[in-house]
Amino acid sequence: MVAQKFDIKDLNIWFGDTHSLKDVSMRIDANEILSVIGPSNSGKTTFLRMLNRLNDLQPNFKVAGRVEYGGKDLIKMAPEEVRRKIGMVFALPLPLPLSISENVCYGPRMLGVNNKKKLEEITERALKQAYLWDEVKDRLGTSAFKLSGGQQQRLCIARTLAVEPDVILFDEPCSGLDPISTAKVEEAMLILKQQYTIVLVTNNVKQAARVGGRTAFFLMGELIELDKTEKMFTAPGDKRTEGYIRGEFG
Amino acid sequence: MTHNPIRTQKIAFFLLFLATLLIVVPVGLIVVIIIVKGLPAINWQFLTDMPRQGMRAGGIFPAIVGTIYLVLGAIIFALPIGLLAAIYLSEYAKENYLTRIIKLAIVNLAGVPSVVYGLFGLALFVVFFKFGASILSGSLTLGIMILPIIITTSREALESVPQSFREVSLSLGASKWQTIRHTVLPNAIGGIITGTILGIGRAAGETAPILFTVAAFYLPRLPQSIFDQAMALPYHLYTISTQVPNVDEKVRYGTALVLMVLVLFMNLIAIVIRYRFRKKKKW
Amino acid sequence: MRKIKEFIIENLILICGLASIFFVVLIFLFLLKEGLSVFKIVSPLNFLFGKSWYPISEPPQLGILPLILGSMMVTAGAAIISIPIGVACAVYIAEIAPPKIKEPLKAGIELLAAIPSVVLGFIGMVTLVPWVKQLFNLPTGLTALSGSIMLAFMAMPTIVSIAEDALYSVPKSYKEGAFALGATHWQTIKRVILPASSSGILAAVMLGIGRVIGETMAVMMITGNSAVIPHSILIPIRTLTATIAAEMGEAVVGSEHYFALFAIGIVLFVISFAINVTADLFLHKKQ
Repeated sequence: MVAQKFDIKDLNIWFGDTHSLKDVSMRIDANEILSVIGPSNSGKTTFLRMLNRLNDLQPNFKVAGRVEYGGKDLIKMAPEEVRRKIGMVFALPLPLPLSISENVCYGPRMLGVNNKKKLEEITERALKQAYLWDEVKDRLGTSAFKLSGGQQQRLCIARTLAVEPDVILFDEPCSGLDPISTAKVEEAMLILKQQYTIVLVTNNVKQAARVGGRTAFFLMGELIELDKTEKMFTAPGDKRTEGYIRGEFG
Repeated sequence: MTHNPIRTQKIAFFLLFLATLLIVVPVGLIVVIIIVKGLPAINWQFLTDMPRQGMRAGGIFPAIVGTIYLVLGAIIFALPIGLLAAIYLSEYAKENYLTRIIKLAIVNLAGVPSVVYGLFGLALFVVFFKFGASILSGSLTLGIMILPIIITTSREALESVPQSFREVSLSLGASKWQTIRHTVLPNAIGGIITGTILGIGRAAGETAPILFTVAAFYLPRLPQSIFDQAMALPYHLYTISTQVPNVDEKVRYGTALVLMVLVLFMNLIAIVIRYRFRKKKKW
Repeated sequence: MRKIKEFIIENLILICGLASIFFVVLIFLFLLKEGLSVFKIVSPLNFLFGKSWYPISEPPQLGILPLILGSMMVTAGAAIISIPIGVACAVYIAEIAPPKIKEPLKAGIELLAAIPSVVLGFIGMVTLVPWVKQLFNLPTGLTALSGSIMLAFMAMPTIVSIAEDALYSVPKSYKEGAFALGATHWQTIKRVILPASSSGILAAVMLGIGRVIGETMAVMMITGNSAVIPHSILIPIRTLTATIAAEMGEAVVGSEHYFALFAIGIVLFVISFAINVTADLFLHKKQ
């Protein structure tokens, strides 16, 4: 019996009068990589941001339904508690205007870790997990902006890993990256899934095929189909899924 | 006569240029006159000596000191309140009726005539709170007067910090206040400093708010506490221009020069800081 | 522990957020507190429209019409001078000035805005006033005209910078559309850009006028301080603001004179409130 991370029932989201997510129900298993695909405005980013409560920042945000995480209702938990456990890597590499090590230590410092030695340990561990340590270990004090795009994105992954989350959400993480950097990020994701649960929103259907154990297809705010990636891509159940995967629209 | 649009344009542009000259040239003249006629009076003695002979001679030291005290007091009051108010508007306020009213209130505070601030300071601090005409009353009055400047410039600085920084900080588990304190504020500091300095410049140059709340015509010694009255540069200039006869012309110009340089210098620093922070911005 | 600290800070932030409303109300309340008492001795109608202002005579005559008219005359004079010149200058800076001149120009005008009004009053006293006296052969140069000219200089930076913002924010597509149809630059300015930015320019003018009405020191030093109904622009007059500044020093706290000056303060507060609210509405009007 696979452990469940998330159990989502009848999730509905509105921004003002716009009904962005309609009656989404699904479960997400522990230590899986779930790819979420769909054309723009399909609600996949809204769905992802629900999982770390970032939608709370939008004005006129309304939600109905239940998202169960670790036995608790995610919607009712304190946002900080949620975000400590469920981290996010964004689409564009977004280093904070700080040094490399300060970026990685930001999370732990906010959580109260002050001990210099401990912070150094955390930095090293996180950068190693993100496959960035060797490239930056001699210049941890330099500005994060001096790194290349791909390195910055791995820095952002390290930053997220530093707070030891449970789940990592990836919001189109390779959209600004060249193929080599993309490959490195995907490689990291596959290793990370052994320790974490990963949900990946991607515009790149082929990436979903490469990486995801299961794939979810969203269209116009609804969850159309959710199945093992292999099956989705060879014999999708819904005509619309097939159309999107084949590039007939999107 | 045929209508020639090119010629019309030439004439129109020339007139517009003339209008611009009409503003810029007198400004230049004013500054030049004050410098030329005021510079002869400026020496170390003038700046550090007490006034003598009923202010016809001697120095303007107490006025300089008084102005410094008043401005410091005004900033100590206005900066914390103004900055927190700006944080509220930028980070917490929602798009609702209350926010609209707050913004309207700020616009109004900015537009209240300075002499009305003087009346208010008189009624509230001097009379009602019984602080009397004092540095305390004057500083508080000036502080409320520069509050809109601090709020507006700080708010703009805060709002110019990209939203993505906040999202990154929050997604790492930081609380809202932690995000403000560690990510938003440090990146808005340039604009906040600029606004503060502009506020200082304004507070230093105003006369009407301090007329009834603090300004002393002539004090034989420097103020010892915040409950004392004080002299101040703007009021001193007013006094020796209108109330005291036979003041040496260069003393008047000299005082005007000191005041003008002080205020313009503040504005210049603010502009330089704003420029350098804009260049340093890495995003 | 951290939670408690954050709770306190966030509440402080909220309180400070409301501070500006608090202060506006407080100012108005205290003005009312001291000013309304004057209406025990004179009716509002007689106050506003009474033709004689002799506050220290026995019984005091507290009609502020001469002061209102004095303010209006000086303001109108300043408006006539500053609006055309100010808007013209804004157009020049926004549309015509070559980029290298633009920045120093804007800096120069910001400079004018920063000069304290008492300094401008002083300069006006020693340069403008004698000049006006000579030019028109008057017994004194302390006149409404001198005041108007000086105040025009104080209004112009406000008008120029806000109008320039308004002109600058006209979408480029409007301009390009007109050029594409063969219009000259000037024609485009006249027929497209100016109308498109009219509400912003109107707001600029209102804020400039608002600044003029509230101006105290410069007027006090160059308009002569004679509280009579103005019959010409070449005589000394008195404005509402100068009256308060000049007479509060002599008014005994709690006397009718004292209350009357506060009542003038109420009038000024209401006028500036009305102007600022209206100007703000125009600034935020979407086109």
